[in-house]
Amino acid sequence: MATNQTHSKPSLFQLVLLVAALLLVTVVTVPAAEAPDTITLNVLAELYEPVVFDHAMHADVAECAICHHQTTGQPEAGSRCVRCHSGNETNASVACRDCHVAEPFSADYMRSKEVDSERYHIDMPGLKGAYHLSCLGCHTEMGAPTGCQECHARTAAGDETFRADAQAPTGGNSH
Amino acid sequence: MSKISRRRFLAASVAGGAAITLAPTKKALAATFEGYSEGMGVLVDLTRCVGCRSCEAACNKEQKLPTPDLPFDDPAVFDQTFHGGTQKRRTTEKAYTVVNRYEPKDGSQPVYRKIQCNHCNEPACLTSCFVNAYTKTREGAVVYNSKVCVGCRNCMVACPFNVPAYSYSSAFNPMIKKCIFCHETRLKQGLPPACVAGCPQEALTFGHRNSLIKIARERMRHQPGRYIDHIYGEKEVGGTAWIYLSAVPFEEVGFDTTLQKEPILSNVKDFLSTVPMVLAIWPALFSGFHLLAKHKENHAGDDHQNIDEEAHK
Ligand code: SF4
Ligand code: SF4
Repeated sequence: MATNQTHSKPSLFQLVLLVAALLLVTVVTVPAAEAPDTITLNVLAELYEPVVFDHAMHADVAECAICHHQTTGQPEAGSRCVRCHSGNETNASVACRDCHVAEPFSADYMRSKEVDSERYHIDMPGLKGAYHLSCLGCHTEMGAPTGCQECHARTAAGDETFRADAQAPTGGNSH
Repeated sequence: MSKISRRRFLAASVAGGAAITLAPTKKALAATFEGYSEGMGVLVDLTRCVGCRSCEAACNKEQKLPTPDLPFDDPAVFDQTFHGGTQKRRTTEKAYTVVNRYEPKDGSQPVYRKIQCNHCNEPACLTSCFVNAYTKTREGAVVYNSKVCVGCRNCMVACPFNVPAYSYSSAFNPMIKKCIFCHETRLKQGLPPACVAGCPQEALTFGHRNSLIKIARERMRHQPGRYIDHIYGEKEVGGTAWIYLSAVPFEEVGFDTTLQKEPILSNVKDFLSTVPMVLAIWPALFSGFHLLAKHKENHAGDDHQNIDEEAHK
């Protein structure tokens, strides 16, 4: 079982809760050679409650490599990854957050990408993007739940942002 | 609908007039400026957008816009149409960005498309504004100074994407409103726009425009057949800071694919020179229309009377 701890910074910009949400990252310690049963995903914890991801169930229904690329399980045939990453140190990082950064559009991260002219991965999604692209893509294909709140319940702050706390709608078709 | 035809009408009549009054010497020069090399942009990948409207909600909050008629999680907005079903939702003074749903012709999954200001390299709104309310900032944003805006609405007519909206809420402070790329509150501080930060799918990728074009090509190369072979906004009207990738032809998801590659600058420059003339004749034109309409009305009501009068003669 994984131990979860949350690094949370105080929300500096009350107006930009969405970015603040990006700063909240759960650190999951995975004991060597042992997959966690559940993982708590806290990336959107400002507008949404954390997701307790049932890793064991998903490991039952899907090949590891579908989510973990070349790092875990059998990479799919013709995988581009193994051309460079066959047995090098990146294969030891299995957690999404080890490569997919929480703030892909921070000035520092973008600069680090641009000064490295040799860099191959110029188009790597951030952590939130990686989760949703992977999860939602598969859920859509498999007919699994795709509604936002089917995976994470919205917080009061989320209700406020979506204006779901507003007065009863007055019908919108006026223009 | 009405605005498009009005714009076309003006553009056509102006072009006709300008041909006589202006030599086309400035045009070659205008086409060489391609925006600031350090300018930022956003790559919108339509294949990633799921229509969650988190971007709309984030924009509303960041820009302190009024409460919408329907909450941002109500999918009923996707069924809203205007002008007799010919037009989907558009950006307004209360919503600087809107996401619309399209059903592609091949019957595949619906496609969602976010609309906002595209922050042109050479903005037609800027050139059309005769009080110089608009600025294209170094960071790539097209912003405006509402204090000098006189509400003439030239920019609404000039914009090839129909983005600037007019604020009717305040009669004493006429003002154009549109997406400002979160310039003051975020872009200038090196932060991504609120909508980008709020998008769960990374359908919106923020970065230097130059890098985004490379990323867009990379995506096409990596996933052959996923995208149609066009980056919308790379060349259109001289290039825009917000550029787009799509799996379905752009015209099927509400993009105008008939736009010129050259900046609208050249036409608008001509247009600009006629603005004083247009402004001068505007009241006359409108009172003309008004009288004409009045005349028709009266005439319709008067028919019997006229006949009677004539019969008495
Ligand atoms: S860039 Fe800012 S102002 Fe423009 S649509 Fe996004 S959140 Fe709204
Ligand atoms: S937040 Fe992203 S995925 Fe959601 S509607 Fe906006 S662009 Fe599309």
